[in-house]
Amino acid sequence: MIDFAFFVEIIPTLLSGLPLTLQLAGLSIGIGFALALLLALAQQGNHRMLVWPIRSFVAVFRGTPLLVQIFLIYYGLGQFRPTLQAVGLWWLFREPYWCAIIALSLNTAAYGSEILRGAIQGVPRGLVEAASAFGMTRLQTLRLVVLPLALRQAIPSYSNEIILMVKGTSLASIVTLMEVTGIAQGLISQTYRAVEVFVAAGAIYLTINFTIISALNALETWLTPYRVRA
Amino acid sequence: MTDTLHILSVGKGGWGGALLLAAGVTFALSVLGFLLGALFGAVAAGGRLSTRALPSWVAKGYGTVFRGVPDLLTIYLLYYGGSIALTEIGKFFGSAGFVGLPTFATGVLAIGIISGAYQAEVYRGAYLAVDLGQFEASKALGLSRFQSLRLVIVPQLMRHALPGLGNVWQLVLKDSALISVIGLVELMRQSQIGAGSMREPFVFYIAAATLYFLIAAVTGSVFRYGEARAWRGMVHA
Repeated sequence: MIDFAFFVEIIPTLLSGLPLTLQLAGLSIGIGFALALLLALAQQGNHRMLVWPIRSFVAVFRGTPLLVQIFLIYYGLGQFRPTLQAVGLWWLFREPYWCAIIALSLNTAAYGSEILRGAIQGVPRGLVEAASAFGMTRLQTLRLVVLPLALRQAIPSYSNEIILMVKGTSLASIVTLMEVTGIAQGLISQTYRAVEVFVAAGAIYLTINFTIISALNALETWLTPYRVRA
Repeated sequence: MTDTLHILSVGKGGWGGALLLAAGVTFALSVLGFLLGALFGAVAAGGRLSTRALPSWVAKGYGTVFRGVPDLLTIYLLYYGGSIALTEIGKFFGSAGFVGLPTFATGVLAIGIISGAYQAEVYRGAYLAVDLGQFEASKALGLSRFQSLRLVIVPQLMRHALPGLGNVWQLVLKDSALISVIGLVELMRQSQIGAGSMREPFVFYIAAATLYFLIAAVTGSVFRYGEARAWRGMVHA
C-alpha cells in the first residue's frame, strides 16, 4: 500500500526547497526579533509620540492576514515603482524574496514586541529599584538586570511565535518562491498523490519545528539551572 | 483620490459591493470553520484527557501534525486529495476530466481541522482549570457523567476557555484568507480579482486589510463582552 519508492523519489525534491525555507525563516525571525525588542523597549518610556504609532503598527499587523501583508508589499508597493526607483529602493521591492522577508519580519515584530513588552513589564519592580540603588545607570540596569530576566521569561511564548513564522514562510510560495510548500504543491499537481506529498513535506516541517522547540527548551533549562522542572 | 473612491464605491462600476459580499463569505467561512473546529477540538480534548493510551495518542498526534505543519499544506492536502479521489470516482462512473471539490465546503473543513487542533489545547487547559471539588460535588448530587459535564463542568469550563478561544478565532479569521488559493471567492480572492482587473493592487489590498481589521476588531469586542458576562458575579483576580 505504502509506496516507499515514491517517497525516496520526492523527498530529495522537497528537500531542495529546505534552504530557502530556512533562509526565509531565519532572516525574518532574526530581523523580526531585533525590531520587536526595539519596539518593546521604546514603549517602556511611555512617551505618547512613541507609544501611539507603535501600538497602531502592532494592531494593524496583528489584525490582518499575513497573506494580505505579503501581497500589499509585493504587488501593492509595485504600483509605486517610479517613486521607489527615485528613492533607490526598487531593487528591494522588486524581488519576491525580499518582499516576503519584509512582510514576515514586520509581522513577527508586531507579535514579538507584545511578548517582549509583557516579559519586560513582568520583571519585578523591586529589582529595578535595587539596581538603581546600586548606582547602576538605566542602560546598565537594562543590560544586566531587566533584559536577562525578561528574555528568559519570554522563551516559551516566543518559541510559539517562531513556530508560527516557520509555518508562515509557506506563504512565500504564493509569490512564486519555491520553498518546501511551493515544491510540494507542484509535486501534487504533477503526480496526483496528495497524501504522500503531504506526509513527506509535513515531516520536514515537523522536524524543523521539533528541533527548534527542543533547542529553546534546552536554552530555557540552561538559563534556569536553579529551577527544577517537573 | 476620487478615482480610489470610485473604485471602492458600492454603486455601478464600483467594487465596494463585491468586496463587502466577499467579506461576508470570509465571515461565514470563518464562523462555520470555527464551529466545526469546536467539535473537533472538543473530541480531541476528550481524547487528550482520556486515561486510555490510544485516544490520548491519536489526539496528541492530531494536535502535533496540524499545529506543526503549514496551514497551506493542509489546505492543499484536502483540496487536491479530495478532488483526486472525487475524480477517480467520477472516472468509475464514466465521467472524464478533473472534478474539483466544492471550495467553500473544503475551506470550512480545512479551517475546522486546523482550528480544532488549537481549540483542543484551549479546552483541555480549561477543563483542568475547573476545581476538582465541582466534579466531586456533582457526583455527590447523583448526576450522571454526561449530566455533570453539561450542567456543571462545561459552563464553568467556558469561562476559562473564552480568552483562548478568542485568540483561536482571530487566527481562524486570518487563516481564512489562505482558502483563496483553492479559488473560493472570499475577501482575499475578490481583492486579487479587483486588483488585477483595475490594475490598482495597492487600493484593493488596503481595502481588504481594512475589512479584515474591522471584522477582527468587532468580533474581538464580542469575545470580550462574552468574557465579561461569563465572569459576572465572580470575584476575578
